[in-house]
Parts: sequence; structure tokens; C-alpha cells
Amino acid sequence: MAEQIVFFIFTILVLGGGIGIISTKNLYYSALFLSMTLSGMAGYFVLLNAGFLAAVQVVVYVGAIAILILFAIMLSRRMMTSSEPQTNRQTWLAAIVSPLLFIAILVLVLQVNWPVSSAAPTGDALILLGMSFLGSYVIPFEVISVLLLVALVGAIILARDTHTDTGREQ
Amino acid sequence: MEQLFSLTPLIPVFPLLAFAIIVLWANKSNKLSAGLAIAGIATSAVISWLVIFATLAGGHHVQVEGWSLPVPWLPTGTTVFNLGFAVDGFTAAMLFMVPIVSSLIFIYASEYMEGDPRYARFFAYVSLFVFGMLTLVVADNLLLLFISWEIMGLCSYLLIGFWFEKDSAKKAGLKAFLTTRIGDVLLFAGMLFLYSKTGTLTFRQIFEPEVLHELANATIWGMPASVLISLLIFGGAVGKSAQFPLHVWLPDAMEGPTPVSAMIHAATMVSAGVYLVARMLPLFAVVPVGALQWVAIIGAITAFFGATIGIAQNDIKRVLAYSTISQLGYMMIGLGLGGFLAGIFHLLTHSFFKALLFLGSGSVIHAMEHGAHHVGDHHTDPQDMMNMGGLAKRMQKTYIAYMAGTLALVGIVPFAGFFSKDEILADAWHKAGGFNFGSVAFWAWLAGTLGAFVTALYMGRQIGLVFLGKPRTGLSEHAVEPGKRMTYPLLVLGFFALILGFANVPENVPLIGNGWLHHFAGMIHESAGVLDLEALPLNWGLAAVATLIGLTGFLGGIALYRGQQAGQEDPMVKLLGRPLFTLLKNKYYVDEFYFAVIINPVIKLADLAAKFDYDWVINPIVNFVGNTGRWLADVSAEFDRVVVDGLGVLGTARFFKWMGKELRYTQTGQAQNYLLVIALVSLSLVGVYLFGVGF
Amino acid sequence: MTAIPLSWWVSVATALFVIGLYATLTRKNAIAVLIGLELMLNSANINFVAFNRYTTPNQVGGQIFAVFVIAIAAAEAAVALAIIIATYRRSATVDVEDIDSMKF
Repeated sequence: MAEQIVFFIFTILVLGGGIGIISTKNLYYSALFLSMTLSGMAGYFVLLNAGFLAAVQVVVYVGAIAILILFAIMLSRRMMTSSEPQTNRQTWLAAIVSPLLFIAILVLVLQVNWPVSSAAPTGDALILLGMSFLGSYVIPFEVISVLLLVALVGAIILARDTHTDTGREQ
Repeated sequence: MEQLFSLTPLIPVFPLLAFAIIVLWANKSNKLSAGLAIAGIATSAVISWLVIFATLAGGHHVQVEGWSLPVPWLPTGTTVFNLGFAVDGFTAAMLFMVPIVSSLIFIYASEYMEGDPRYARFFAYVSLFVFGMLTLVVADNLLLLFISWEIMGLCSYLLIGFWFEKDSAKKAGLKAFLTTRIGDVLLFAGMLFLYSKTGTLTFRQIFEPEVLHELANATIWGMPASVLISLLIFGGAVGKSAQFPLHVWLPDAMEGPTPVSAMIHAATMVSAGVYLVARMLPLFAVVPVGALQWVAIIGAITAFFGATIGIAQNDIKRVLAYSTISQLGYMMIGLGLGGFLAGIFHLLTHSFFKALLFLGSGSVIHAMEHGAHHVGDHHTDPQDMMNMGGLAKRMQKTYIAYMAGTLALVGIVPFAGFFSKDEILADAWHKAGGFNFGSVAFWAWLAGTLGAFVTALYMGRQIGLVFLGKPRTGLSEHAVEPGKRMTYPLLVLGFFALILGFANVPENVPLIGNGWLHHFAGMIHESAGVLDLEALPLNWGLAAVATLIGLTGFLGGIALYRGQQAGQEDPMVKLLGRPLFTLLKNKYYVDEFYFAVIINPVIKLADLAAKFDYDWVINPIVNFVGNTGRWLADVSAEFDRVVVDGLGVLGTARFFKWMGKELRYTQTGQAQNYLLVIALVSLSLVGVYLFGVGF
Repeated sequence: MTAIPLSWWVSVATALFVIGLYATLTRKNAIAVLIGLELMLNSANINFVAFNRYTTPNQVGGQIFAVFVIAIAAAEAAVALAIIIATYRRSATVDVEDIDSMKF
């Protein structure tokens, strides 16, 4: 019962953040709502017995991506203070399609009788995770690291100011 | 001792190496090229001696049965082509002759060819030539023999046409190549028949008595297989050894440098044909009256007619060329009458003294050219005997050596030719059994004996014209004997011309009679069991007649010609009558006959075909077809322009252009539009899945 | 077994996905679109971890994929923000409707 209460609390954080993101006009608030959602996600991971992921979620998403987004928003200040509507012309259609899709997926997924195991997790998931990363998943792991490096270099090249060498914002 | 035989495959390798090195690297240096070629053949000679020594030491068994090394080369279904090597007494005898004569020719050529712009190339060619001959000699099967045979054919073409700036040399090379090619095709056909009948081309296997008799009993086109195959193989030999009627190439081969003439006429090319017949003799002989007869007949014709042409020629080398043809005829007589040893004995001795004569004539020509330079006369032909005279005093070494060769050729005791030629004639006489006009052997004997007289006559004529009497032109007056590298090989060959006959003196001759070569090389076909290989005793009467005839002819020739003056008519004209002399001078018009009967009709036919092609039928048809096609093409082009282009291609293009213009508005470039579409499609897919609409 | 049924997790994940989709579809601002994308990625992560926990509790395949997704999301965010900054510097707009030079 207690778990369900905790689940609800986190659900409010996650979905509430999501609703906030799509309802606010201010981009800055959107980013803050995103942080809220991401924090709720970390809570979920704890509930799902994935403590390591929860830590990664906080460090990477909340600590890095969300901050990065905020940083980008503040770099382009005009976005924050925009008075224009933040939605485009196809909003009405998206507003119809999205709920329909929600219902459709739910109906689809809940029909399935998933082979749920009743066994309780034994042992330390962290050790298993570590063994797997350097064992059977070592090649994807290395590929991901290369991908991150490529993204890092690519991002630097893209964001560099090609007109002036100072790289200062115009 | 037996191990020495394993050196046999190396014998041909060294000249080949010399050839390759000269062609690839050494050709910039004349000295190095000549040195390499001489070193190559000398090494072969040394190895040959080791092999000969092993054969000598091996005794009767090795000399008859031989040693062989089959190398499986190409499996063909149930049989295997072997490309092997073999040595027996006959091969050993050839291995004695070929390298020595070739080495001497090489040494001679190293001086003779000096100043030639293609000096290095010459030595490359002759090395390859010798490689071919040595391979042919040590081959244990017809296939390898044929390969080396063709290599020699190529080399003869290259060497006869060596001075290809001269039109006549170019044509002579072509003629030699094409004429021998006729024989080669026959030989190849013979090989094919033989292989199809026996499944082997290895000599020893063909000469198994069972195989031979099987061949004799089988028939191809109504003929005993052995006869047909023998005749085809003999056809190859006729081409290569310049027998009538394919002899026409050999006199023209004089266009090559003189050492080449010596090579072709002594050590290599023409010997190959005789060698082939000698090697295949059991096959010829297995059917008693058959192929062998023809060998004797052709030999007799060639021996006599070749000799008669020789007396009417003025070119010193041409006389020798016809002499060669005639002497090859003698060898064929010997072989054709079943006298295996007589044939090959004459082959060996003839190789030495004919090489000597050719080199000697080269020496004379060289001297004459020297004289021509001296007096600045470049219009007088230095090869014409009528321009020579009195050279004996000016070139003594050459004269001595040349004389030895001449006496050997004429057949004067004790020179080599006496014993070998006498053996052939004695064989013929013995086979004929006296004056037996119905027998081929008798006619062969008669042709041989008359030919011997004519031979003596033209050699006497040559000696008289070239060396005796007084110089008839400034050329011969200032002729100078060439250097050591040319004269010493002559003397060495002269020595061999003197002594070689003693290798096979019949056993009934007191003191020196031993029949040595007979035991050494003459028994190789013993196991085949189809040839009578008994050695004949010396027939004193015949020998006396032959010597008498030879002396008469020779001295008569000298007497007739030694007083010949410049510009004076040939005494032979008076002696023979002008028509006969003209006939001989023009070589019985064989070349003209070939030209009229074969070459001209072919050209006429070609002309006719050309007319047919250009003017009458083919060209009009072609033009008609062409014009029709063009007209059709015009029509179709119009159709193309109007219907295909207008309606089809352009119409389609316009349609799609229009469609694209209209449809491109769906491409908004808005990623969010696209994503919305994706969402819609997903939704509909889920809907389809959930409610099973339609499908 | 935990007191929370699997269907709850699935429902939450679906809801989060649709919210992210809606944000992606409707927002004009590129950064907001990126935020929507992040939401969708997170909903996928919920599924990964939840199914891992409920079907194979003693293995970690789902968690590992979640880590990969997070890593890819980080890379994607970095590159996307770099593109957005570059575009903003070039044309002074981050409106995805105005960024249509790929259009016909």
C-alpha cells in the first residue's frame, strides 16, 4: 500500500511535469517542468529496484540535460519573453490525434497477458549491471562511448561560430 | 655411372639459359653475348661427354635399352602424357656430334659476325636453336620432340631472315618456314593417329613388339595404321630434311649468315628429320613393303637430282646447299633400305664435314669481301665462284681444311665420307642382290652411285674454281685469310672429317675393322625385332668402284675448271648440252613449277574471289542491304521523332512534371507535419489491428 | 510481488509518451520540441525498466538499455542544442516552421 502511495506521488511529479510542459507558454517554465518530470522518473527507478539508474537519471538528465536546455534557453533570451503563441497551426489536429493514440496504445498493450514473474529480485542489481557492461554487452557499451565522443566533437563543431573566431554570440 | 644419366635433362638447359640471359640482360654487350652463348654450348658439351661416358661404361645393355626418365606431364583420361628424357647409343652418338659442331660454329661465328648491328641477337637465336636440337635428341617421346622441332622451325625462320633488310632474305625465311610447315602438319597428324591408336607417344612403348604388330594390323582408311602413320611422320622429315619435293627452301636458306647455314645444314635442322626417321624406323619397318619403300624412293630421287643441280650452280654456298640435299637423300636411302646404322653413320660424318664446308665457304666469302673492300669493288658478287680462283695460296689453312671436307664428301679413303657412304651403297647393293631391275634397292644403289660421281664432279669443279688456277677478279687477288677464331674451328672439323670414318670400319677389314659404332649405336631397335640389324662386311669390289668413280669425278672436275678464265663460258655447257645445263641451272624449274601450279593459282583464286567480292556479287549485295537498311532507318527515325519522342518520351515526361508540380505542396518541409502524419498512420494501424477493419 | 501491477507502469509510460508527442507536434520553439522528445525517451525508459523488473527480475537487460537510451539522449541533446544555437545565430529564429530550407 505504501508503495502505491509513493507511486502516486511520483506519478503526480512525472505527469504533472508533462502537463506543465505542454500547457505553459513560457519556455523557461517548460524546462523547469521538465526537471520535475525527470526527478519523478528517478523515483520510479527506485521503485523498480533500479537504484543505479535512478542515480544516472539524476546525474545525467536532471544534472546535465535539463541544465543544458536551460542554458540554451538563456543564451537566446528572446525566447523566454516571447508573447507570440507557442503552438503551431496543427495543434488542433494533434490535440485530437494524441488522446486517440493514448487510448489505442493502452487498449493494445493492456490486452496482452504479459508473462509476469513473481520471483523477487535476488542479489545486487548493480553488480549484475557492472558484469554485463563489461561482459556480454561490452561491444554496445564501447560503441556508445564512441558515439558520445562523436556527439561531443560534432556539437562543438556545430556550435562554433563560423563567422568570427571568437565564438561570441552576435 | 648410372647417376651420370640424371644429368641428361640439363644438357639443353644451358643454351636456353644463354638465350634468356642474352635476350633479357646481356644484349648490350656483344662480347658478353657471344661469350655466354659459347659458354652455354660448351657446358652442354661437357655434360654430354659425361653422359656419353656413362653410356660407354654402361655396356651393351645400356646402349641398346637406354636410360630414361619419364616425367608425367598431362593426365588425359586414362592415359598420361609423359615428357621424358632418354639416352641410348644413338642419342649418345648425336650428343657427341651436336654440341661439338655447334660449339665450333659458335666460335667461328663470334668472328664472322663481327660488325653486325644485331650481333647479340644472333647469338641469342643460335643458342635457342641449339636448345631445340639438344632437346630433340634427348626427348624420349614424340611430343617433346615435336615441341623442340617447332622451336627449331621458328629459329630457322628468324635466322634465315636474319638480314631482313634484304628482301630476298625476308622471303627466304618465310619460304623455309612455310615449306617446313607443310611437313610439320603431316607429322602432327601422324602423332595424332599414333596417339589415338596406341595411347602413348613414348618411343620405347611404341616399339614394344605387341604394340607394333597391333599397329600393323589395325587399319586407317584402308591402309595399315603403321604405314599411314609412318608416311605422315616421314612427311615431317621430308619438310625438315629438305627431301624432294619439299627441298626448295634449303637453297634459299643460304640467305642467312653463313654460320647459320652451317648450323641448319649440319648440326641441327636437317639432321632432325633424319633423326626422326631413324628413331621411328621400327614403325616404318613393321609392315614389310610399305612406308620404308617410299623413304628409299624419295631418298634416291633426292640424292641424284640434288647432286645434278649442284654442278650447274655458281654460288659457292648454293652448290653446298644442293650437296646437302643430295647427301640427306643418301641418308634416307640408307634408312629406307632398313640400314639403320648406315643412315645414322652418314648423318654423323656428314654433319662434321658439311659444317666444315659451309664454314670454309664462309671463310672464303669473308676473304672475298675483304678483297672487295680493298679494291673498292662492290659490284662483283663475292659468293660467285666464277669471281674467285687461286685462293689456295692466299688462305692455306682454309684450303687444307676445305680439302679435307671435300675429300670426305667425295668419299676418298680414308676420309669419313668414304666409310659412311660406302656403307649405304653396300647396303643397297646387298638388298638388291645384284643387278635386279625390279627392286627399289637396285635403283637406289644406281642413283646413289651416279650421284656419287656427280658429287665428286661438282666438288672438283668447286675446288678448281675457288682454290686453284689464277685469281679471276681483284677480289680474289686481295683476299686475306680470316683470323684464328674462324680458321681453327675449320681445322678441328677437318681433323674429325679425317678420322671419324674409323668409328665404324666393317669387321672384315684387317687391323682396323671393328664395327664399333654398330655395336654402340646401331642396335637400339633390336628389341623391336622388326629390323635386320646385321652389320654387313665391306664389299671390296663396290668400295673399289666407288673410290674409282669418286676420283674420276673429282679429278675430272678439277681438270675442267682449274684453267677457267674470267668471262669464259662454263665448260659444263659444252659437256652436257645447253638445254640440259639450263635445266640444271634452273633447278629443274621446281620453284617455277610450284609457282605456276600452286602459288599462282592461289593468287589467281584470290584475285577471282576479290572480283567476286568487290564487283560482282558480294559488294552489290552489301550495298543493297546497306541502302535498304538506311531507308528503313530513315522511316524509323521519323516514327521515333513523332510517336516515340513526341507522345511517349516527352509526353510521359510532361505528365510527371505536371504531377510533381502539383504534388510537391505536400512536402511542407515541416518535420512536425511529418511526425503528425506518422502519428496518424500509427493510430490507423492500431485501429486496423484492433478492429480488424477490412483486412 | 510488489503492490503495483505492471499495467500501471504501462499506463503511466503511455501517458508520458503521448504528452511528449503532443509537445513535439505542437510547439513552435525548437527547444520545446526537444523537451518533448526527451519526454518520449523517458517513457520508453519506464517501459524498459518496468518490464525488466516484472518479467525477468534477476537479469538487467532492460536496465542496460535504459542506460544506453540515457546516453543516446545526452548525445542527442548536445547535438540538437548545438544545431539550435547555430541556427539561431544564423537566422535569429528557433521556430521550426521557419527552418524549412529543405522544402522543395
